[in-house]
Amino acid sequence: MLLRADGLTKRFPGVIACDNVSMHLAEGEILGLLGENGAGKSTLVKMLFGLYEPDEGTISVQDKVVTFDDPGDAIALGIGMVHQHFQLVPPLSVAENIILGAEPVKRWFVDHRAADRKVTELSKRYGLDVDPEALVEDLPVGIQQRVEILKALYRGAEILILDEPTAVLTPQETDELLQVMRDLAKSGVGIIFITHKLREVLAVTDRVTVMRNGKVAAEMPTAGATQQSLAEAMVGRAVVLRVTKKPAAPGEVVLAVEELRVKDSRGQEAVKGLSLDVRRGEILGVAGVEGNGQRELVEALTGIRSVESGRFTIEGHDATHMGPRRIHSLGVAHIPEDREKDGFVGTYSVADNLVLTSYFEEPFARRGIRQWGAVEERARALVEAFDVRTPGIATKVKSLSGGNKQKVIVARELSDQNDLVIASQPTRGVDVGSIEFIHNQLVATRDGGAAILLVSAELDEIFGLADRIAVMYEGRIVATLDAATATREQVGLLMAGGSAPATG
Amino acid sequence: MSIEWSRKRVVMLVIAVVIVIGWIAAYRWDSGQTTAVGSRTVRAAAPLLLGALCGVIGERSGVFNIGIEGQMLFSAFTGFMAASYSGSLLLGIAAGVAGAMLLGLFLAWTAVTLKMDQIIAGTVINIFALGATSFYYVQGRTMPSFPEWSAPGLSELPLVGKMLFQHGPLTFLALIAPFVVYVALFKTRWGLRTRAVGEHPGAADTVGVNVIKKRYVNLVIAAGFAGLAGLHLIQSASAFNRNMTNGLGFIALAVMIIGRWHPFGAFGGALLFGFFIALQSQLQFNQALDIPPQFFGMIPYVLTIVVLAVAGVNARPPAAGGQPYEKEG
Repeated sequence: MLLRADGLTKRFPGVIACDNVSMHLAEGEILGLLGENGAGKSTLVKMLFGLYEPDEGTISVQDKVVTFDDPGDAIALGIGMVHQHFQLVPPLSVAENIILGAEPVKRWFVDHRAADRKVTELSKRYGLDVDPEALVEDLPVGIQQRVEILKALYRGAEILILDEPTAVLTPQETDELLQVMRDLAKSGVGIIFITHKLREVLAVTDRVTVMRNGKVAAEMPTAGATQQSLAEAMVGRAVVLRVTKKPAAPGEVVLAVEELRVKDSRGQEAVKGLSLDVRRGEILGVAGVEGNGQRELVEALTGIRSVESGRFTIEGHDATHMGPRRIHSLGVAHIPEDREKDGFVGTYSVADNLVLTSYFEEPFARRGIRQWGAVEERARALVEAFDVRTPGIATKVKSLSGGNKQKVIVARELSDQNDLVIASQPTRGVDVGSIEFIHNQLVATRDGGAAILLVSAELDEIFGLADRIAVMYEGRIVATLDAATATREQVGLLMAGGSAPATG
Repeated sequence: MSIEWSRKRVVMLVIAVVIVIGWIAAYRWDSGQTTAVGSRTVRAAAPLLLGALCGVIGERSGVFNIGIEGQMLFSAFTGFMAASYSGSLLLGIAAGVAGAMLLGLFLAWTAVTLKMDQIIAGTVINIFALGATSFYYVQGRTMPSFPEWSAPGLSELPLVGKMLFQHGPLTFLALIAPFVVYVALFKTRWGLRTRAVGEHPGAADTVGVNVIKKRYVNLVIAAGFAGLAGLHLIQSASAFNRNMTNGLGFIALAVMIIGRWHPFGAFGGALLFGFFIALQSQLQFNQALDIPPQFFGMIPYVLTIVVLAVAGVNARPPAAGGQPYEKEG
């Protein structure tokens, strides 16, 4: 057995993060490690990688019991980890990143030629195509991830731990990664694959270990498992993966966009004469591969980015040149794509983040003085109503898990009476239970009479929620389809720039 | 990227050609004054360059060093005192470098271990150095003066001879220093790890680079350069004066920024400032123009403001600069 953990237990003050967890991994095997946020997956792999010391239990590599003082020991035994947040130095080259910490040295100098040679050799052997001289900061996310994998392989990894590697990838990049994983497994590498995405688990793994509340809740071969059975094992109860919703009852147009043109941060035109409208009581899903102007579109519609030409109206008001606060005051909610950057202030408390858009209004402030009572009362109510798992309303948001951070944003944005909700990747990096919750909230908001613009790179999400699907490609809407009759293949083709007959 | 690079190189080349042609023209017009200004340019640039290299090494490791000024002043003081009491220049140099390194160690302790705000830590150093050296300075002491070395043959060359090859030992050291720092930063293992620690300490840590140790060692090495910069001041003056750095440590920071945290950039920036300082004193000396000397004295400081306003716009310091490193998990 390549890797085996027996009865691993790790306690933190007040919680048992891992409770008597056993797992094993064979050569050439891909093991899916599933579980909601806080289920103990991260703690488990951190013990396997030497970042945490287990309180009880043993780890064995190649049938020998081992102990790790730090990741260096784990690396020396052939364990490699690709972290969810890449550990790459952006201004350094691919080769420099890969050799960092284990540099080939000739006399006093780093032997760059040897480094390039080794990197090229590895990338050929495992089919991970990279240019060793390219700077990491110039590479797309998918390639950066290859660099991370090569970094582990360069150090002789035979066991690879991938921590939510697909969270940041486009669907194409995800497919490529899954193929790389299969190839690696074929050459004998054992892989532990942590993810929330059930489809990927079913597509690539041989076996699945499901964790819940720090324990192993289930272990099964992938053959025979279904999305439904995996989701239920994760959450511990029946989960409705398909969102149940009534047919839409569209009313008048709330958001009307006409010939909008927006530039991206580098000054290139990203939205190229886009038109669409969203009606009261419907969800318009904007599908598209990331980087086709969705981000710029959302930023323009929420007042964060200036518009070059064209216009958009919200409830009949020309909002083309309004700032974010005025747009918000028109009854627009915004769930931003990058929640860490645009969604909350990490060092502020849950309570403060829940009034970020309204702290200056009655009843949260009176004559410029904040009213703590009202703020706290609202925070308590929202934490309860939106099931935010937090130690308290004074907790800093940055210490919450991804799903709970997102719930704070969703609670703040959807608790007001809204006419328009602009939701961008609303469930990215969020666990199954929270996804279900957020989806239901969006549907409930629609049924309450709001118009919803949903931008998502996840086709599952688009098909689960949208009433109409607008496919965005290279800054334009190339087709608008009725969600009831559209097919995944049709939308996938349009996303890739192909043409398909529009239906409605 | 590659197109931008080559355009930048063309611009640099054009600037270099213009400077060289202007210099030759000035030399033909008045060789005496041109040589004097050139020589003084290098002398004025040397402490700025050494100070800027201190900043480059520190910031490339992820620690801002506002205390260059204080480290320079302190080394000038300890160097002067040691040389004065012992009568040995070598001992003076050793004491000066050691004095600055001590403050470098202090910066590491406050900024890295105590995780104090780095701007405050540097300010503490500046205030301490100014106060301590002013208090303990004894007036009327003298020190042996530094020798002036001439490279045989080379110093007789026209145009560049006196400018590059006839100086005190520390000036020669300063002229070599950027090349040494360049090779160390960009060709050695130490340099690769240093740059990684300054840009993304978490990444360096996960591959087994000891971030804390690297920052400690580098801040002490960097302070050694600030020490040489301070010693260069007493080399020029053959004496110590209260507050003799007089803001040079901050100009060195400006030199580091226009040099884009690169040793060669710092070299160019230091020569630019050195030239204006030299020009200022030559104009004062000549009394060619009927302008109060204070106005000439302002030139380097005004230049600092202008250059920072222009060059600071797109300046991108090492990403982890200013943040204490905290392990995750």
